[in-house]
Amino acid sequence: MYRYDQYDQTIVDERIAQFRDQVRRRLDGDLTEEEFRPLRVQNGLYLQLHAYMLRVAIPYGLLDSAKLRKLAHIARTYDRGYGHFSTRQNIQFNWVKLDDAPDMLDELAAVGLHSIQSAGNCIRNITSDQYAGVAADEVIDPRPYAEILRQWSTFHPEFAYLPRKFKIAINGAVDDRAVTAVHDIGLTVVHNEAGDIGFRVMVGGGLGRTPIIGSVIRDFLPWPHVMTYIEAILRVYNQYGRRDNIYRARIKILVRSLGSDVFAQKVEEEWAHLKDGPGTLTKEELLRVSGYFTAPAYETLPAVDAEVENHRQTNKAFANWLKRNVKPHRVPGYNVVVLSLKKPGVPPGDASADQMDAVAGMADRFSFGEVRVTHEQNLVLTDVRNQDLYDVWQEARANGLATPNIGLLTDIICCPGGDYCALANAKSIPIAQAVTERFDNLDYLHDIGEIDLNMSGCINACGHHHVGNIGILGVDKEGSEWYQVSLGGSQGNETAIGKVIGPSFAADQMPDVIERLIEVYLRERNDDERFIDTVRRLGIEPFRDHVYGIPA
Amino acid sequence: MTTQIIKNKAIVEDDWLLLRPESGTAPESVAVPEGKVIVPLKVWQAQKESLQQRKTIGIWLASDERPEELKTELSRFQVIAVDFPRFADGRGYSLAFTLRNHLGYAGELRAIGDVLRDQLFYMQRVGFDAFAPRPDRSIEDALKGLSDFSVKYQASWDEKIPLFRRTNRKEKTA
Repeated sequence: MYRYDQYDQTIVDERIAQFRDQVRRRLDGDLTEEEFRPLRVQNGLYLQLHAYMLRVAIPYGLLDSAKLRKLAHIARTYDRGYGHFSTRQNIQFNWVKLDDAPDMLDELAAVGLHSIQSAGNCIRNITSDQYAGVAADEVIDPRPYAEILRQWSTFHPEFAYLPRKFKIAINGAVDDRAVTAVHDIGLTVVHNEAGDIGFRVMVGGGLGRTPIIGSVIRDFLPWPHVMTYIEAILRVYNQYGRRDNIYRARIKILVRSLGSDVFAQKVEEEWAHLKDGPGTLTKEELLRVSGYFTAPAYETLPAVDAEVENHRQTNKAFANWLKRNVKPHRVPGYNVVVLSLKKPGVPPGDASADQMDAVAGMADRFSFGEVRVTHEQNLVLTDVRNQDLYDVWQEARANGLATPNIGLLTDIICCPGGDYCALANAKSIPIAQAVTERFDNLDYLHDIGEIDLNMSGCINACGHHHVGNIGILGVDKEGSEWYQVSLGGSQGNETAIGKVIGPSFAADQMPDVIERLIEVYLRERNDDERFIDTVRRLGIEPFRDHVYGIPA
Repeated sequence: MTTQIIKNKAIVEDDWLLLRPESGTAPESVAVPEGKVIVPLKVWQAQKESLQQRKTIGIWLASDERPEELKTELSRFQVIAVDFPRFADGRGYSLAFTLRNHLGYAGELRAIGDVLRDQLFYMQRVGFDAFAPRPDRSIEDALKGLSDFSVKYQASWDEKIPLFRRTNRKEKTA
């Protein structure tokens, strides 16, 4: 894991001093709220319905036990004892006092965490594959590049007042777990025919009001050019992106209105000024940063542990958990363990301070001290030995972290919604809870199998509803909360935007609506066909007809 | 009459007149006073024949105007100013960088408009060397904004070499 050197530490410390002074000037009345707002949001501080919310950046979703313990401490000391892990691999604290924020940042800086650029019209936290470095299907570890870009984008003087927010994701595996196609820039690490490493560059993807799949503007960008090429993209966007209409300001609108070919041409022209210049990444720097992401001291282990197999045969609950929450690791005898933050009765993605401490403890004892945050809002222990799986399961279960539902219907991606968020049109957490209660039968849940249910409380799409196999969007109709349902969205290598099935529903109808969608799937599916494949095969019509009670 | 601006990291008296015609005025009919005047780009373009006779002249660009066509005449201007209609309109940063880095402008580059303390550090980085802070704010206070940070990761106009090429970065002792 990356560790700050004196430069990183200095820049974060100076940022806190700057922000502390800005808060003081705001409280003294020397800064208006309008002037202060962009400054505080670029320090991760939003004004929400009930209080300030602090969004702490978790660069590319990587934590260690010390960082996680500090987050637990922050939750206890400055919040109400919990935090919310977001779809951008960050954590949000919902009950923050403005004058506490600089002290919180000081505490975070002591363990190498910050909230820099976690909000605002700037380059946001760079996200990546939650299984980077351990995934069985990894081609190249994306973390060094993510860290290099984190540093490049931190306080980039030219790109702090962009037309709108800007999100970059990097994937280095066969399976795209970083949702690159719906990011402002989506990078995929690839080899060319000669075996050199580079990036396939997508731009202009996004969700929100206008969901668009990104366009590839370069099939192969050799790795040394990654910063200069991205700088060229940002400079074109900063100058030509629309600023007259907040809903037309993302880069996706610029790319679409120019056409991706013309946009790519503009980027090439700009890049000609920068290519091979001092911003070109050096082998030395790549090696230096890569040195922070070396593999831990893995033991040579047998691929199978007899005792675990014995438990698997005799303990159905454990077997269910193994099946859903344990993922393949590239090293024999090791496993990637997903700790579910989707327990019935708890808002998706929320973790209590005690849970965070428990995960930190498990990480220290079973997983080289490392923890990941997934964009599906769960936590991950990356390196668990076979022989420790049963202990990890028991401990996770004791802490409410072993719900065996990863990838299943109740592993709902969900934004904070109208319970917290000032932007939301509708609540999302109670809908997630109602659906979770309806599908509380584990056998039924496992029989339904893999399905992504994503929900957002408004069109900003923090819950990624467009790419959910089932997507739920909270809408406001004359002051009351309604829910629009879409079908057929997907993330990963076959990213697709879902289609709306028809008029929206009241909150209390939602469990029935989901149930009816599932009924059609169970009736129509072939063999092991997943929900999404049935939807792709049949289209949305049979689902729509059943939900709205149209006779077949 | 002079006003104060920040130039080369110090508060100095400034005797340039910034000409901001009322919107809707035809550029060719704008009267340009004698002396040191910073005229809008459009006025320069409309009255180039007479204005280029002057020994001292400056121009200012709106945030949606492009500097590329000025490339051959940049050396005529003692001052180029870039307007920030709102501090959150960040086009001026790229405009400044383009003027300096791509077009080679070497004269005074001045930020005008909604220029506030908390944006000055970034403005200085992309190539501005003069700032006319909003007159309702303390210029002494604004000056402090230029020294918010001592470390810069990435290159820009002020620092041509990124941190990773400038230093031998070693891990802080754990």
